[in-house]
Amino acid sequence: MSVTLTQALDLQTMREKARSLRLDVLDMTTLARSGHPSSCFSSIEIMTALYFGGILRYRSDEPHWPERDRFIMSKGHAAPLLYAVLAHAGYFDREELWTLRQVNSRLEGHPIEDKLPGIETTTGSLGKGLSVGLGHVLGGRLNNLNYRVHVLLGDGECQEGQIWEAAIAAAHFKADNLVAIVDYNKYQETGPISREMELEPFAEKWRAFGWHVEEVDGHEIQALIETFKAVQEVKGQPSMIIAHTTKGKGVSFVEADYTFHGRALTPEEAARAREELLCS
Amino acid sequence: MQLGERAGLKPAPPLRDVFGEALLDLCRDNPRVVVLDGDLSNSTQTKYVREAFPQRFFNIGLAESNLISIGAGLAACGLIPFLTSFSSFLLCNAYDQLRISIALASVNAKVVGSHGGITLGKDGPTAMGIEDLALVGGLPTFTILVPSDPASMHKAVRAAAEHVGPVFLRSSRLAAPHIYPDHDCPFEIGKANVVREGSDLTIIGCGLMVSAALDAAASLADEGMEARVIDMHTIRPMDVEAIAAAARETGAIVTAEEHLLHGGMGSNIARIVAATHAVPMRFVGLADTYTDSADPYDLFEKYSLTPTDIAIAAREAVAAKR
Repeated sequence: MSVTLTQALDLQTMREKARSLRLDVLDMTTLARSGHPSSCFSSIEIMTALYFGGILRYRSDEPHWPERDRFIMSKGHAAPLLYAVLAHAGYFDREELWTLRQVNSRLEGHPIEDKLPGIETTTGSLGKGLSVGLGHVLGGRLNNLNYRVHVLLGDGECQEGQIWEAAIAAAHFKADNLVAIVDYNKYQETGPISREMELEPFAEKWRAFGWHVEEVDGHEIQALIETFKAVQEVKGQPSMIIAHTTKGKGVSFVEADYTFHGRALTPEEAARAREELLCS
Repeated sequence: MQLGERAGLKPAPPLRDVFGEALLDLCRDNPRVVVLDGDLSNSTQTKYVREAFPQRFFNIGLAESNLISIGAGLAACGLIPFLTSFSSFLLCNAYDQLRISIALASVNAKVVGSHGGITLGKDGPTAMGIEDLALVGGLPTFTILVPSDPASMHKAVRAAAEHVGPVFLRSSRLAAPHIYPDHDCPFEIGKANVVREGSDLTIIGCGLMVSAALDAAASLADEGMEARVIDMHTIRPMDVEAIAAAARETGAIVTAEEHLLHGGMGSNIARIVAATHAVPMRFVGLADTYTDSADPYDLFEKYSLTPTDIAIAAREAVAAKR
């Protein structure tokens, strides 16, 4: 079951993987009757590209392998997706996914460091992951290891001041093995970001902070993989990949209604969603 | 009168200076130790490490939240990060980071808050750490150390590095005298040190207030009252046995701390006394208030934290025994 050094799946298999991840997240959150499925759905292809597209080097049977590439889920409310990906990557048995948010389960509402193999840091209160990732960069330098560190941020999360503290510091430390990805689905808890607390001009902000910035369609696996590979060539500055996504991607009635943030689908809604996902 | 003078204690350099030396010693011996500072290395005295081991020192700038979470990442890499700034800036600016990035998963990071208590004096209440012990007390996995003199500071820094898990260590600006005469002391996390024997009551202090407690005990001795004095260098896990024994054997307890009474050392000791051997208690510390900006000794006077105040509390506690 374990994966040693990842090999990229072919594109069609990755698309299938993305579909099964959506179905697993749907089942997990519907069973738990809580969670943030729509925030998971917008990140599915990003995670698929990272874990199954040959980007991250990891050993699921050796989660603390010192040379592993780091992945940090800073938008901790996408925990169900992280858990599903880790299960599919062989870190633990997929059957455990159905215990999400139950008493004595290792699958907490938001990720707790090392509670499950493969969880690099605790997140859930937003804004922390980029700083922790920078700590892994500095630690890697001291330990003479040249792994890469990927941090997935939510767009609303970028309203947290700590993100910009980390942005300043990562540029200062020339952290060119640090890659931040923003799942830019344009919605936060209360509504559209442009209405609630605008982030634009977003790419310009990161450039002004000294980052190399790429923009990409966050649901195009091939484009994501190419972008992840392209930023590996950037030297002397950290990279930001702004991934334009759709909240609730893959289920039409979730895409159309941002109030799905922070709630699970009812069993009836889940049945409709499943049908859509299976037909897509 | 200087702290410790009445008790005949020898003067010593400020605890923050001793911390700087102790941390440098530790860095020499342990290559896994790294130091992060929030642009206050000239005050926290991590500047010695900065000079000697520039590759293991990071000035994170005025960004305490970032500093704490970066530290969590370094700890995850198997390093032992010492994360330093003023106590109030770390606990108040970065509380969520301490909670999420460090406390929840019991990450092996060491948080050193300098300028704890009121004795940074003239910079005033915005920079004082008068609520730091209460705040870090709200993070269940943190071990909390408050050394009282140079010897115990050296030991505390070593103990913090050796302990696996989060540690908060409080340092302060004012010169504390030597409590331990031979510059060496026992220091076991969770095991309080009895620094003066006595059977009429027990005074329990931490940090600078251990010296003040010894001064008070010297005055009380002139009146024929023998106070046991305990250096409670570990606030968590607290030495339940030493507290229960003090209650049982001396029948009255006074606590003294440079901290708000609400949520500090004394209130935690009271919880243990009530559950083990209830005896009269009195509490010396800051009643719900912020202080003025002034010389530390003027603040001790105004806010009733002097050896005289401890002695008054001691007489009251002993009187309440009957």
